[in-house]
Formats: sequence, C-alpha cells, structure tokens
Amino acid sequence: MDLQTITFIVVGATFALYIGIAIWSRAASTGEFYAAGRGVHPVANGMATAADWMSAASFISMAGLIAFQGYDASLFLMGWTGGYVLLAMLLAPYLRKFGKYTVPEFIGERYYSQTARGVAVICLIVASLTYVIGQMKGIGVAFSRFLEVEFATGLFTGMVIVFFYAVLGGMKGITYTQIAQYCVLITAYTIPAIFISLQLTGNPLPQLGLFGTVEDGTPLLAKLDQVLVELGFAEYTARKTGLLNMLLYTFSLMIGTAGLPHVIIRFFTVPKVRDARASAGWALVFIGILYTTAPAVGAMSFYNLIKTVQPDLSGNPQASLPYEQRPQWFRNWETTGLLKFEDKNGDGRIQYRKGGDNELKVDRDIMVLANPEIARLPNWVIALVAAGGLAAALSTAAGLLLAISSAISHDILKGMIKPDITEKGELLAARIAMAGSILVAGYFGLNPPGFAAQVVALAFGLAASSIFPALMMGIFNKRMNSQGAVAGMLAGLGTTLIYIFWFKGWFFIPGTNMAPNTPDHWFLGISPEAFGAVGAMINFAVAFAVSKVTAPPPEHIQHLVEDIRVPRGAAGAVAH
Amino acid sequence: MSTQDRSPQAYWRANMRLVGIHLAVWAFVSYGMAILFRGAEPGVDIGFWFAQQGSMLVFIIQIFIYAWQMNRLDREFDVHED
Repeated sequence: MDLQTITFIVVGATFALYIGIAIWSRAASTGEFYAAGRGVHPVANGMATAADWMSAASFISMAGLIAFQGYDASLFLMGWTGGYVLLAMLLAPYLRKFGKYTVPEFIGERYYSQTARGVAVICLIVASLTYVIGQMKGIGVAFSRFLEVEFATGLFTGMVIVFFYAVLGGMKGITYTQIAQYCVLITAYTIPAIFISLQLTGNPLPQLGLFGTVEDGTPLLAKLDQVLVELGFAEYTARKTGLLNMLLYTFSLMIGTAGLPHVIIRFFTVPKVRDARASAGWALVFIGILYTTAPAVGAMSFYNLIKTVQPDLSGNPQASLPYEQRPQWFRNWETTGLLKFEDKNGDGRIQYRKGGDNELKVDRDIMVLANPEIARLPNWVIALVAAGGLAAALSTAAGLLLAISSAISHDILKGMIKPDITEKGELLAARIAMAGSILVAGYFGLNPPGFAAQVVALAFGLAASSIFPALMMGIFNKRMNSQGAVAGMLAGLGTTLIYIFWFKGWFFIPGTNMAPNTPDHWFLGISPEAFGAVGAMINFAVAFAVSKVTAPPPEHIQHLVEDIRVPRGAAGAVAH
Repeated sequence: MSTQDRSPQAYWRANMRLVGIHLAVWAFVSYGMAILFRGAEPGVDIGFWFAQQGSMLVFIIQIFIYAWQMNRLDREFDVHED
C-alpha cells in the first residue's frame, strides 16, 4: 500500500474515534460545558491537560529548535514544564476551591471590579486567539503535506472535526477527546525516537541514548560538538545567548505557562482540591514523556542530517555528499521547498557550514516529520506521525476555543450584559460563541496575519506580566485591593507591550520598530520574548505600592481569600 | 506537628513553609544547576543533563511530594474534604 492510502486510513480512523467520543459525551448543562461537571479523574485530567498543552509547536517544532540551538533551547524545555510546579503550588488548588468557570471571573470577583474582569477578558482573548491561529495553520499544513490536498481543504476538514466535538461536548467532550489525542500523539512521537536511538546508539530509550555513544565509541554529544566546530558553528552544548537573557527567558516561559487561561481552566474540572494538586503532577508526567524525548530527537536527527551531507563527519568540503547521490527523503523534502540546495561553488557537492559558503538551507520544522524517512522506517510510522501532529494541533485548538467562548458567553454576556440569562440560554450562547470562534480562527488560519509567529511572544508576555501576578496576589496577599491589581496589570502589560513593539514594530507593522531586534540593542541583553519576567516584576511592584496607599479590600473579600486557602467545602461545587 | 495551634493561620504558615522549600529546590535545579553553575565540572556535563532532562524529572517528583505533604497537612489541621 502506498504512503498516501495508509495515511488516509490512519488519520481517518483517529478522526472517527474523536467524533465517536464527542457523541458519547454530549454536554447537557453549563457545568458540563465549562468544567465537564467537575467529575474528571486527576490522572485523566492530567492526560487531557498534556494534550491541551502540547501543540503543533511542541510536536513538530520543538525538536527542530533543539537541533539547531543545542543547549540554548533548554530554556523551552525547562520553561514550558517548570510552570506546572507553580500551578500545583500557587494557583490550581485555590482556583479550584474558588469553584467558578473562568479566569476573568476569579479576577473580577476577587478584585470586586468589572474593570479588572474586563482587562482579564481582553488578555485572555488576545493570548488564546494568537495561539489558535498557529494551530489552525499547523492543521492545514499537515493535511496538505500528508494527504496531498489543498491547504484550504485540510483546514476546513479540521474545522469541521473541532466543531463537532467542541461545540457538542464542551469541556466534557474536549476532555475525553483529548485523552484519545494524547495517546495518538505520544505513540507517534516515541516510536520513531526509539528506532532512531536504537540505530544510532544501541539504546532503545532515547533519554539514555542522548548520553550514549555512537559507532566509533565517542559520546554522541561530544561528536556533535566536534563536527559543528569543524563546520564553523558554535558547539552544540555551549551557551550562545547571554546569561541574564537565558535566566529571564526561562522565567518568563514558566510564569507565562502558569498564567495561560486555557491551561488553568483544566484544573476546574477535577472533583476536589487535592485532585487539582495531583492532577498538575500527572499532567507533567505525560508532558515529560514527550519533553524528555525531544532533546534526543533533536540531537539524533541533527546528527543524521550532518552525517548524510558530510559522511566522514569532517569539515573537509571535498568529502561532502555529491548532489547526485542524495537519498530519497532528501528529494521528497526538496519538493516541499523546506529543504534547499544551492551549488554556490559549482563543485556538485552539498556543503553545510556556517557563513556565506553554506549551500544547504534546512527548515527547522522538518526535523520531526522527516525523521522516520531518514531512519528508513516503514510507511505506517510516517502515517502515524501525521496523525500525531494533527492530534496535537486539534487538541490544543479545542482547548483554546473553549477558553475564548467561555470568556465571551460567561464573562461578557452573563457577567456584564445580561446577568439574568437562563442556563439554557447561556448554554446556547456558549455554543454559538464556540462556533463563531472556530470561524474566526479558521479565517485567520486561511489568511494568517504576517505577524502570527511573532505574536506568540505576546501571548506569553500577556500571561506572564498580567494574568499570573494578578492571580497570585489574589490568593497570597489578602491586603491586595482593586486599585492595586488594576494598576499592576496595566503597568506590567504596558511596559511589556511597549518593549515588544519597540523591537518588533508597533502592532507588528513591519518597519515601525524603534530599534533593530538584535542582542546589542536590547536593554541589558534581554530579548522581547524574555521581557515578560520584567513586566511581571513591574506588575508586582506597582500593585504593592498602590495598594499600600489606598483603602484595603472590603471585609467579605478578605473572608473570600481566607476561604479559598483551605480545601474544605469545595465539594459543594458551584453556587451561582 | 507537635504544636497545639490548629488555626487556619497556622495551616497557611505550614503550607507556605513547604512551598518555600519546594520553590528553592525548583529554582536550584533549573536556574542553578542547569544555567548558573554549569560548566565548572570537567568531563561529565551534569549541567547539560539538568537542562535537558534532570530539572523536568525533579519538577515531577516535587509536585507529587508536595501533593502528598499537603494531604497530610489537610488532615492534621482538619481542613480536608469529605
């Protein structure tokens, strides 16, 4: 059977599974739609959270990022996992105790202010929409590459699938579908990794293979260091970015992860406060399986790539691969345009090195997708990788769409415009908001704004500099009042926005940046992506200063804070 | 816990002490071992391991230990659910 047929079968089977689950787990109440009736087992919730969290970026792009950045990319690994420690200890149990449906709802009630709730809604929608655009694009790309259909056809298919299980099932449908999607994506990620680790280092565990030795007995990492230096690059294991930037970038990603609303609302679905703590641990176990495999995939696929074009692993240009002898996978990826060869010196050989005489351009995103082909694995493995990439994109898109639609139906419609809406009316509004969000996301997926990739920094910056501090102070500082929180959010958000726009252009319009986006122009060498950490500190400082000189919050708010700090009483679920 | 104080304030102080210890470990493995103190040791690159695997393993273990400690604390102070 040819690759395309197998891919159709594998992807079709997984889609049938998702829709089947959606029909079985239809949401009947707002409680089921927003929080899956708070009946999700902590291990199941951990698995769903992992699928929710790991997007097309984690599945497809991360290993490639590690391959080309080496040690520096560790900041993504630590940043995107370290946030779960903060969630488990600082946010999840208390927000679960609070027992409402959305993040803006907590901020609005804790700071007894519709303004605060409004600011939180805006942050949530900007952060989530940014993310969703990326997922939609990922779905379209995966479809068009593996099923050989038009980009738009692939995108519409993805939209219809998400529509089915997200609109029908709400959080309940999404949760159970995400569990299935996690199983698909983790199988698809680890199987090729195991084969490649076995081929290269003789160790079936990629995590150990990364520190294993290659054929000639030298450690894999030492070999990579040595080859890269010969080709003119910096060592794989060396730190290339500034020390302060590395620290702050990691910190920004950690607090950004803990502050992203679509992750936080997952912890509203478990039955008890203690389940919220354990659930964060389970989520990290399931995320960790992929995240500890990724560095091995990155290093090994990079090693394989270099070995293909420079078989003797030296810097000698005469020993590199003649273009006519390039392998089949090389030809396949050349047709996509993501792998490009230009014979600059006219010797008919492929030279990969740093600087102007480099003849090979490799798109980082092909590393995971091309992996099974490079290692000559059977077609069903390649088909599985396609299904895994789609599962990662679909699960994240659904979680984000739920966060957006609940902000619209619950925070804006019920919370601000029409508080007396019936449950039935709100459920209908939530479904309409969800359908609308899918259309908007689909539109942007089809016509991606040029700045889509850059806005990811904005999403993390928003979560790190506004949402995370506001939530944390709401729980840990009883004295924090409405004025302090709003001033803090605006100050943190404002400085972070200005810093990002300063180097990336006002509202990302090309050419309007005030200074070139290079390390020697950055303030203290801090990149725009890493500035969320500074924004958060400004938020904390301003909030404390303002709350000191204004009136303390009313009595009942102080009691509310005391109440969310103890677990007892949470089982009574939602009083509305 | 030998003290007689079973007030919500004492529960919160005990919780904060646990959180403080865990966050110190959390920062030590990631910002410390993986970034700041890396590179001193010849031969074995422990810092690289912490940066790409070790810190994540520590994070996972930490959350489960904290969850277990808090369950015990909840019962001790009689604030547990059900």
